[in-house]
Amino acid sequence: MNALNANIPEGALEDKWSNFKEKAKLVNPANRQKMELIVVGTGLAGASCTASLAEQGYRIKSFCFQDSARRAHSVAAQGGVNAAKNYKNDGDSVYRMFYDTIKGGDFRSREANVYRLAECSLALIDQSVAQGVPFAREYGGYLNNRSFGGVQVSRTFYARGQTGQQLLLGAYQALMRQESLGKVKTYTRHEMLDLVLIDGKAKGIITRDLVTGEIERHAADAVVLATGGYGKIYYLSTLAMGCNGSAIWRAHQKGALMSGVSWIQFHPTSLPQSGEQQSKLTLMSESLRNDGRIWVPLKEGEQREAGLIPEEERDYYLERRYPAFGNLSPRDISSRAAKERIDAGFGVGPMKNAVYLDFSRAIKAQGKAKIKEKYSNLFTMYEKITGINAYEQPMLISPAAHFTMGGLWVDYQLMTSIPGLFALGEANFSDHGANRLGANSLLQACVDGYFIAPYTIPNYLADELKAERVKTSHPAFDEAEAQVKAKLQQLMEIKGSLSVDYFHKTLGKLLYDKCGLSRSKEGLQQAIEEIKALRNKFYTDLKLTGDEHLNSELEKAGRVADYLELGELMCLDALQREESCGAHFREEYQTADGEAVRDDEHYAYVSAWEWKGENEQHVLHKEPLTFERVSLTVRSYK
Amino acid sequence: MKLNLKIWRQENASEKGRLVDYQLDGVTTHMSFLEMMDMLNQLLIEKGERTIEFDHDCREGICGQCGMMINGRAHGPLANTTTCQLHMRSFKDGETIYVEPFRSSAFTVLRDLKIDRGSFDRIIQAGGFISASTGQAPEANSIPIAHETAEAAFDAAACIGCGACVATCKNSSAALFTAAKVVHLAILPQGKLETAKRVDAMVQQMDAEGFGHCSNTEACEVECPQGISVLHIARFNYLYHESRLLSKT
Repeated sequence: MNALNANIPEGALEDKWSNFKEKAKLVNPANRQKMELIVVGTGLAGASCTASLAEQGYRIKSFCFQDSARRAHSVAAQGGVNAAKNYKNDGDSVYRMFYDTIKGGDFRSREANVYRLAECSLALIDQSVAQGVPFAREYGGYLNNRSFGGVQVSRTFYARGQTGQQLLLGAYQALMRQESLGKVKTYTRHEMLDLVLIDGKAKGIITRDLVTGEIERHAADAVVLATGGYGKIYYLSTLAMGCNGSAIWRAHQKGALMSGVSWIQFHPTSLPQSGEQQSKLTLMSESLRNDGRIWVPLKEGEQREAGLIPEEERDYYLERRYPAFGNLSPRDISSRAAKERIDAGFGVGPMKNAVYLDFSRAIKAQGKAKIKEKYSNLFTMYEKITGINAYEQPMLISPAAHFTMGGLWVDYQLMTSIPGLFALGEANFSDHGANRLGANSLLQACVDGYFIAPYTIPNYLADELKAERVKTSHPAFDEAEAQVKAKLQQLMEIKGSLSVDYFHKTLGKLLYDKCGLSRSKEGLQQAIEEIKALRNKFYTDLKLTGDEHLNSELEKAGRVADYLELGELMCLDALQREESCGAHFREEYQTADGEAVRDDEHYAYVSAWEWKGENEQHVLHKEPLTFERVSLTVRSYK
Repeated sequence: MKLNLKIWRQENASEKGRLVDYQLDGVTTHMSFLEMMDMLNQLLIEKGERTIEFDHDCREGICGQCGMMINGRAHGPLANTTTCQLHMRSFKDGETIYVEPFRSSAFTVLRDLKIDRGSFDRIIQAGGFISASTGQAPEANSIPIAHETAEAAFDAAACIGCGACVATCKNSSAALFTAAKVVHLAILPQGKLETAKRVDAMVQQMDAEGFGHCSNTEACEVECPQGISVLHIARFNYLYHESRLLSKT
């Protein structure tokens, strides 16, 4: 294992990306078509990377487990995408966006990466508009913006409450265009089950055709994982049912390091759980916090309906605790503040597990029509799920597992610790530190795929050109395929008594309680033992029905098997970090009034965990974070 | 509540399917329809039977992957809703519910309620894009677009590609799906230039996939989860005829 080198380019912060681009190696157009790439995932990062590299001339195989590339979970992002265009003339700049993001991440990300993210945000808006993304416009025809949590400017571009869908359709259409030109072959309903290494380099993958059950081999000159986050590990989350950590976990088992594994964001404005059979928590966009005010009753155990509680008996706790940012405080802070009120007995709703998000003042000030124009689909969705009209009554909201800041460790070029294996978007750990700001995830996924990978992947391929093109007949493929088949057979043959969902729900509850919004040394140590026991039970008592062909239970079993290992690493990562930072809140490290206490002296590093084998202890590597431009401050939103 | 379910079971594309009866007790009104299906599947696992395969993913009405014919209606009894957003409060205790896949000769049943909608992807491949490669874009504000135009483009672009329009149409027409994309791109200055070529190619692909023609019953708009207006089909027809005329001159 070589020392962790992030390969940050030389030069001043503002010049690093330009310096890299100027010196990056190139592949000439005639040679590009000789080279083949594999991209796993067709969300914003995967589709944009595939389309952009195919436009350059590379041949690409694109994989997704969904029935169409357009379904990837980027589609569900609602609120918007940030860019430092400063169209509002309200003091925004690339530097300010960089600063907001690095501060929002509680100073646990790389300066150079974050600056590049802000820098490339400008071109993303241009690109999306050119693709036909119908962003909101002002009456003069120019692009409109709104504000999001953790910032004091309006830099968020949006397409009603369906920004992720519209950006994804732009990328998906670009991908379909390349497919029609014969540069891309998409494999839908295919799941990656292993990574193939040849001489230590990523050279292919093993997939399962989810319809026929066939195990297939695919070889390439480089492999890109853009497979999203693993927040579904909690079972109840805002993620799609199929979201999983299997691709990155199996790459991890082949040697790719995992970073910031326990940094998982809980979104403050999700719908609360309403029953035992519930399968997911629906998100209400954070953009609602622009016009909605969050409150709970001042009186513990309040029985009156929201509308009957007078103004002076309401506790607008975000406005009270964080007057400068109020309802637009960052997500980690808002979520924790909600949990604090709910745990203290001030929760509302049938299960007393929610807080109010109230639009009455905004409706009075702006009129119902204006609120409707901004959020109609969200209000409609809310009514469909709950049967409640939020124009008349406040919404009930609650924090829910949402986004994984952690993921595969990557260097500045988005390459993992395995040469030739790249990780893009939520699947990598890179830009958000310990907490992601709202509307930065669409941005990161797009920037990674449209603007970074198209420089850094050719830079890698230029040296691979001389290497022999690998064939799927290579023994490394035989070995990987045999392992995959053995694993599937093992799962089918346990023939126990408990369903996959039982294990997923049990693991989710355990992690939510002990490695969720707040963590403690004692709880994490218990969780590790409990996860080990649950994992043993899984391999002795799992019950799968159905056959080896199309079988959702078998798909889920493979994902939950990986979650049962990943969950343990999450706890281990949270346990070693004896400080509170961003989404990682250790109960032992807080001020008297409940604010996080960071320890820059000992923990200003990125954790990078190395897999040592089944039932072996992970090994921790550290990438120190050095800050040349910003000074580390207490992250205050007061 | 207690339900009598009649659910379509089919091994694979080549075998014949049939409706199978299931009784389910203990369903609550706030469960979603898919959570009710999850509950039934858990019972089937207990009994050692193969679970019922159905498509779903985001379960918040936006990915477009879910879709069933419920009592003969695409996505169930409510207008403009996806199956995942349908809740059991829309049904009565003791009710018999028929659950079948979205049917069309252009959608193959893969197993039970899962279907192949690859035909939609191929319609988009035929021309449902703006040919703007990464790096070519001008400054975003350099081409102003009227607020109303952007909103109208959004209305069309909101399509989630679920296929309810096809499943509900007596002709299995994909006109609403195709029209939504054609109109979205045609009314924006960025997409206007390619309109004639696009509409022609997409119509040809739609026909090649085996989708039927639109006979203006307007059933699609009722079931469309995004409420996409059939007026887009009128505009689509106009653009199609315009492209045919232009190709002759």
